Amino acid sequence: MKDQYENVVVEVICRILVPFVQIFAFYVILHGHYSPGGGFQGGTILAASAILLRLSLTGKEARKFSSRFANSLGPFGLLIYGGVGLLALIAGGMYLDYAHLPFPFLLGPYLRHLGILLVEIGVALGVFATLLSIFDRLSEGSE
Amino acid sequence: MKWLALLVVCLFGALVFYAQGDLPSYGDPSAPANLHVSPYYIQHSLEETETPNVVTAVLADYRGYDTLGETVVIFTAGLACFLLLRRGCEGSIRKRRR
Repeated sequence: MKDQYENVVVEVICRILVPFVQIFAFYVILHGHYSPGGGFQGGTILAASAILLRLSLTGKEARKFSSRFANSLGPFGLLIYGGVGLLALIAGGMYLDYAHLPFPFLLGPYLRHLGILLVEIGVALGVFATLLSIFDRLSEGSE
Repeated sequence: MKWLALLVVCLFGALVFYAQGDLPSYGDPSAPANLHVSPYYIQHSLEETETPNVVTAVLADYRGYDTLGETVVIFTAGLACFLLLRRGCEGSIRKRRR
Protein backbone atom coordinates (compact mmCIF):
# COMPACT_ATOMS: atom_id res chain seq x y z
CA MET A 1 0.00 0.00 0.00
CA LYS A 2 1.06 3.54 -0.59
CA ASP A 3 1.84 5.90 2.28
CA GLN A 4 1.90 3.10 4.79
CA TYR A 5 3.67 3.66 8.10
CA GLU A 6 3.84 1.69 11.30
CA ASN A 7 1.33 2.61 13.94
CA VAL A 8 1.59 0.60 17.15
CA VAL A 9 -1.94 1.36 18.36
CA VAL A 10 -3.58 0.29 15.09
CA GLU A 11 -1.44 -2.83 14.82
CA VAL A 12 -2.06 -4.02 18.37
CA ILE A 13 -5.79 -3.33 18.26
CA CYS A 14 -6.16 -5.18 14.96
CA ARG A 15 -4.06 -8.10 16.18
CA ILE A 16 -6.39 -8.44 19.17
CA LEU A 17 -9.55 -7.93 17.12
CA VAL A 18 -8.95 -10.31 14.20
CA PRO A 19 -9.22 -13.64 16.09
CA PHE A 20 -12.51 -12.57 17.65
CA VAL A 21 -13.87 -11.51 14.26
CA GLN A 22 -12.89 -14.89 12.86
CA ILE A 23 -14.46 -16.80 15.76
CA PHE A 24 -17.64 -14.80 15.26
CA ALA A 25 -17.54 -15.66 11.54
CA PHE A 26 -17.31 -19.39 12.29
CA TYR A 27 -20.11 -19.01 14.82
CA VAL A 28 -22.33 -17.33 12.20
CA ILE A 29 -21.55 -20.06 9.65
CA LEU A 30 -22.01 -23.05 11.95
CA HIS A 31 -24.93 -21.63 13.94
CA GLY A 32 -26.96 -20.80 10.83
CA HIS A 33 -29.31 -23.67 11.62
CA TYR A 34 -30.49 -22.06 14.83
CA SER A 35 -30.12 -18.31 14.41
CA PRO A 36 -29.90 -15.73 11.64
CA GLY A 37 -26.76 -16.31 9.62
CA GLY A 38 -25.30 -18.81 7.24
CA GLY A 39 -22.72 -19.15 4.54
CA PHE A 40 -23.04 -15.77 2.85
CA GLN A 41 -22.94 -13.72 6.05
CA GLY A 42 -20.23 -15.79 7.71
CA GLY A 43 -18.06 -15.75 4.61
CA THR A 44 -18.35 -11.99 4.43
CA ILE A 45 -17.28 -11.56 8.07
CA LEU A 46 -14.35 -13.93 7.49
CA ALA A 47 -13.30 -11.89 4.45
CA ALA A 48 -13.61 -8.70 6.53
CA SER A 49 -11.14 -10.11 9.08
CA ALA A 50 -8.62 -10.95 6.36
CA ILE A 51 -9.04 -7.53 4.76
CA LEU A 52 -8.51 -5.90 8.17
CA LEU A 53 -5.20 -7.78 8.40
CA ARG A 54 -4.17 -6.47 4.99
CA LEU A 55 -5.12 -2.89 5.82
CA SER A 56 -3.52 -2.67 9.24
CA LEU A 57 -0.37 -4.78 9.16
CA THR A 58 2.66 -4.51 6.93
CA GLY A 59 4.87 -7.09 5.31
CA LYS A 60 4.53 -10.82 5.56
CA GLU A 61 1.85 -10.94 8.23
CA ALA A 62 -0.57 -8.96 6.09
CA ARG A 63 -0.47 -11.78 3.55
CA LYS A 64 -1.53 -14.47 6.00
CA PHE A 65 -4.22 -15.50 3.53
CA SER A 66 -2.30 -15.10 0.31
CA SER A 67 -3.83 -13.99 -2.95
CA ARG A 68 -3.09 -17.34 -4.58
CA PHE A 69 -4.77 -19.13 -1.68
CA ALA A 70 -7.89 -17.01 -2.13
CA ASN A 71 -7.96 -17.57 -5.87
CA SER A 72 -7.89 -21.33 -5.47
CA LEU A 73 -10.32 -21.41 -2.55
CA GLY A 74 -13.20 -19.82 -4.51
CA PRO A 75 -13.65 -22.68 -7.00
CA PHE A 76 -13.09 -25.13 -4.13
CA GLY A 77 -16.08 -23.74 -2.22
CA LEU A 78 -18.22 -23.98 -5.32
CA LEU A 79 -16.93 -27.54 -5.80
CA ILE A 80 -18.05 -28.49 -2.27
CA TYR A 81 -21.57 -27.27 -3.04
CA GLY A 82 -21.77 -29.02 -6.39
CA GLY A 83 -20.04 -32.10 -4.99
CA VAL A 84 -22.60 -32.51 -2.20
CA GLY A 85 -25.34 -32.30 -4.81
CA LEU A 86 -23.56 -34.76 -7.04
CA LEU A 87 -22.95 -37.15 -4.12
CA ALA A 88 -26.69 -37.24 -3.47
CA LEU A 89 -27.26 -37.88 -7.18
CA ILE A 90 -24.78 -40.77 -7.23
CA ALA A 91 -26.25 -42.28 -4.05
CA GLY A 92 -29.66 -42.65 -5.68
CA GLY A 93 -31.53 -39.42 -4.93
CA MET A 94 -32.08 -36.29 -6.97
CA TYR A 95 -29.47 -33.55 -7.38
CA LEU A 96 -29.08 -31.66 -4.06
CA ASP A 97 -31.48 -34.08 -2.34
CA TYR A 98 -29.51 -34.33 0.92
CA ALA A 99 -31.71 -37.12 2.33
CA HIS A 100 -29.86 -39.58 0.08
CA LEU A 101 -26.32 -38.60 1.06
CA PRO A 102 -24.26 -41.76 1.67
CA PHE A 103 -23.28 -41.18 5.31
CA PRO A 104 -23.85 -44.13 7.63
CA PHE A 105 -25.75 -44.10 10.97
CA LEU A 106 -27.83 -41.07 10.03
CA LEU A 107 -31.51 -40.94 9.13
CA GLY A 108 -33.28 -38.69 6.64
CA PRO A 109 -33.84 -35.45 8.59
CA TYR A 110 -30.37 -35.55 10.16
CA LEU A 111 -28.81 -36.19 6.76
CA ARG A 112 -30.56 -33.10 5.44
CA HIS A 113 -29.29 -31.19 8.49
CA LEU A 114 -25.74 -32.30 7.65
CA GLY A 115 -26.24 -31.54 3.96
CA ILE A 116 -27.30 -27.97 4.77
CA LEU A 117 -24.20 -27.56 6.95
CA LEU A 118 -21.84 -28.82 4.22
CA VAL A 119 -23.45 -26.57 1.64
CA GLU A 120 -23.19 -23.55 3.95
CA ILE A 121 -19.48 -24.23 4.46
CA GLY A 122 -19.03 -24.37 0.68
CA VAL A 123 -20.87 -21.07 0.25
CA ALA A 124 -18.82 -19.46 3.04
CA LEU A 125 -15.50 -20.51 1.48
CA GLY A 126 -16.63 -19.28 -1.94
CA VAL A 127 -17.81 -15.88 -0.67
CA PHE A 128 -14.69 -15.43 1.51
CA ALA A 129 -12.34 -16.18 -1.36
CA THR A 130 -14.24 -14.08 -3.87
CA LEU A 131 -14.36 -10.98 -1.67
CA LEU A 132 -10.68 -11.34 -0.80
CA SER A 133 -9.78 -11.83 -4.46
CA ILE A 134 -11.70 -8.71 -5.49
CA PHE A 135 -9.99 -6.66 -2.74
CA ASP A 136 -6.58 -7.95 -3.84
CA ARG A 137 -7.19 -7.03 -7.48
CA LEU A 138 -8.40 -3.56 -6.53
CA SER A 139 -5.45 -2.83 -4.24
CA GLU A 140 -2.81 -4.45 -6.45
CA GLY A 141 -1.69 -1.35 -8.31
CA SER A 142 -0.86 0.70 -5.23
CA GLU A 143 1.81 -1.59 -3.85
CA MET B 1 -39.87 14.44 -27.08
CA LYS B 2 -39.07 15.07 -23.42
CA TRP B 3 -42.66 16.04 -22.69
CA LEU B 4 -43.91 12.88 -24.38
CA ALA B 5 -41.67 10.77 -22.16
CA LEU B 6 -42.90 12.63 -19.07
CA LEU B 7 -46.49 12.01 -20.14
CA VAL B 8 -45.84 8.28 -20.57
CA VAL B 9 -44.18 8.08 -17.15
CA CYS B 10 -47.07 9.95 -15.51
CA LEU B 11 -49.62 7.68 -17.20
CA PHE B 12 -47.74 4.59 -16.05
CA GLY B 13 -47.58 5.99 -12.53
CA ALA B 14 -51.31 6.60 -12.56
CA LEU B 15 -51.87 3.03 -13.77
CA VAL B 16 -49.71 1.62 -10.96
CA PHE B 17 -51.55 3.76 -8.40
CA TYR B 18 -54.86 2.54 -9.80
CA ALA B 19 -53.77 -1.12 -9.63
CA GLN B 20 -52.19 -1.07 -6.18
CA GLY B 21 -55.62 -1.03 -4.55
CA ASP B 22 -56.09 -4.65 -5.66
CA LEU B 23 -52.85 -5.86 -4.07
CA PRO B 24 -53.20 -7.80 -0.80
CA SER B 25 -52.15 -5.81 2.25
CA TYR B 26 -48.68 -6.34 3.66
CA GLY B 27 -48.35 -9.53 5.71
CA ASP B 28 -51.89 -10.71 4.88
CA PRO B 29 -52.03 -14.43 5.80
CA SER B 30 -54.71 -15.12 3.19
CA ALA B 31 -52.75 -13.54 0.32
CA PRO B 32 -52.11 -15.95 -2.58
CA ALA B 33 -48.34 -15.79 -2.05
CA ASN B 34 -48.75 -16.99 1.54
CA LEU B 35 -51.10 -19.88 0.74
CA HIS B 36 -49.03 -21.95 -1.67
CA VAL B 37 -45.86 -23.46 -0.14
CA SER B 38 -45.17 -21.19 2.85
CA PRO B 39 -47.52 -23.03 5.27
CA TYR B 40 -45.93 -26.35 4.28
CA TYR B 41 -42.42 -25.02 5.00
CA ILE B 42 -43.45 -23.55 8.33
CA GLN B 43 -45.23 -26.72 9.47
CA HIS B 44 -42.86 -29.39 8.15
CA SER B 45 -39.34 -27.93 7.94
CA LEU B 46 -38.41 -28.86 11.53
CA GLU B 47 -39.40 -32.53 11.26
CA GLU B 48 -38.06 -32.92 7.72
CA THR B 49 -34.69 -31.21 8.09
CA GLU B 50 -34.10 -30.98 11.88
CA THR B 51 -33.37 -27.28 11.39
CA PRO B 52 -35.19 -24.84 13.69
CA ASN B 53 -34.37 -21.89 11.44
CA VAL B 54 -36.94 -22.03 8.63
CA VAL B 55 -35.02 -19.50 6.55
CA THR B 56 -31.90 -21.69 6.47
CA ALA B 57 -33.95 -24.80 5.67
CA VAL B 58 -35.67 -23.07 2.75
CA LEU B 59 -32.49 -21.38 1.52
CA ALA B 60 -30.17 -24.38 1.52
CA ASP B 61 -32.52 -27.36 1.26
CA TYR B 62 -35.86 -26.68 -0.40
CA ARG B 63 -34.39 -23.98 -2.64
CA GLY B 64 -30.92 -25.47 -2.99
CA TYR B 65 -30.74 -24.84 -6.70
CA ASP B 66 -31.37 -21.14 -6.14
CA THR B 67 -28.54 -20.85 -3.63
CA LEU B 68 -26.22 -22.78 -5.95
CA GLY B 69 -27.02 -20.21 -8.63
CA GLU B 70 -26.33 -17.33 -6.21
CA THR B 71 -22.95 -18.82 -5.32
CA VAL B 72 -22.12 -19.18 -9.00
CA VAL B 73 -23.09 -15.53 -9.55
CA ILE B 74 -20.76 -14.35 -6.76
CA PHE B 75 -17.96 -16.56 -8.04
CA THR B 76 -18.46 -15.22 -11.57
CA ALA B 77 -18.27 -11.65 -10.27
CA GLY B 78 -14.96 -12.46 -8.59
CA LEU B 79 -13.71 -14.12 -11.76
CA ALA B 80 -14.66 -11.08 -13.85
CA CYS B 81 -12.80 -8.78 -11.42
CA PHE B 82 -9.80 -11.08 -11.61
CA LEU B 83 -9.71 -11.03 -15.39
CA LEU B 84 -10.41 -7.31 -15.81
CA LEU B 85 -8.27 -5.82 -13.04
CA ARG B 86 -5.19 -8.03 -12.82
CA ARG B 87 -1.86 -6.38 -13.49
CA GLY B 88 1.71 -7.38 -14.04
CA CYS B 89 1.08 -10.86 -15.37
CA GLU B 90 3.70 -11.93 -17.89
CA GLY B 91 1.23 -13.26 -20.39
CA SER B 92 -1.23 -10.39 -20.17
CA ILE B 93 -2.59 -8.84 -23.33
CA ARG B 94 -1.37 -5.36 -22.43
CA LYS B 95 2.27 -6.43 -22.46
CA ARG B 96 1.99 -8.52 -25.56
CA ARG B 97 0.78 -5.56 -27.58
CA ARG B 98 3.88 -3.51 -26.93
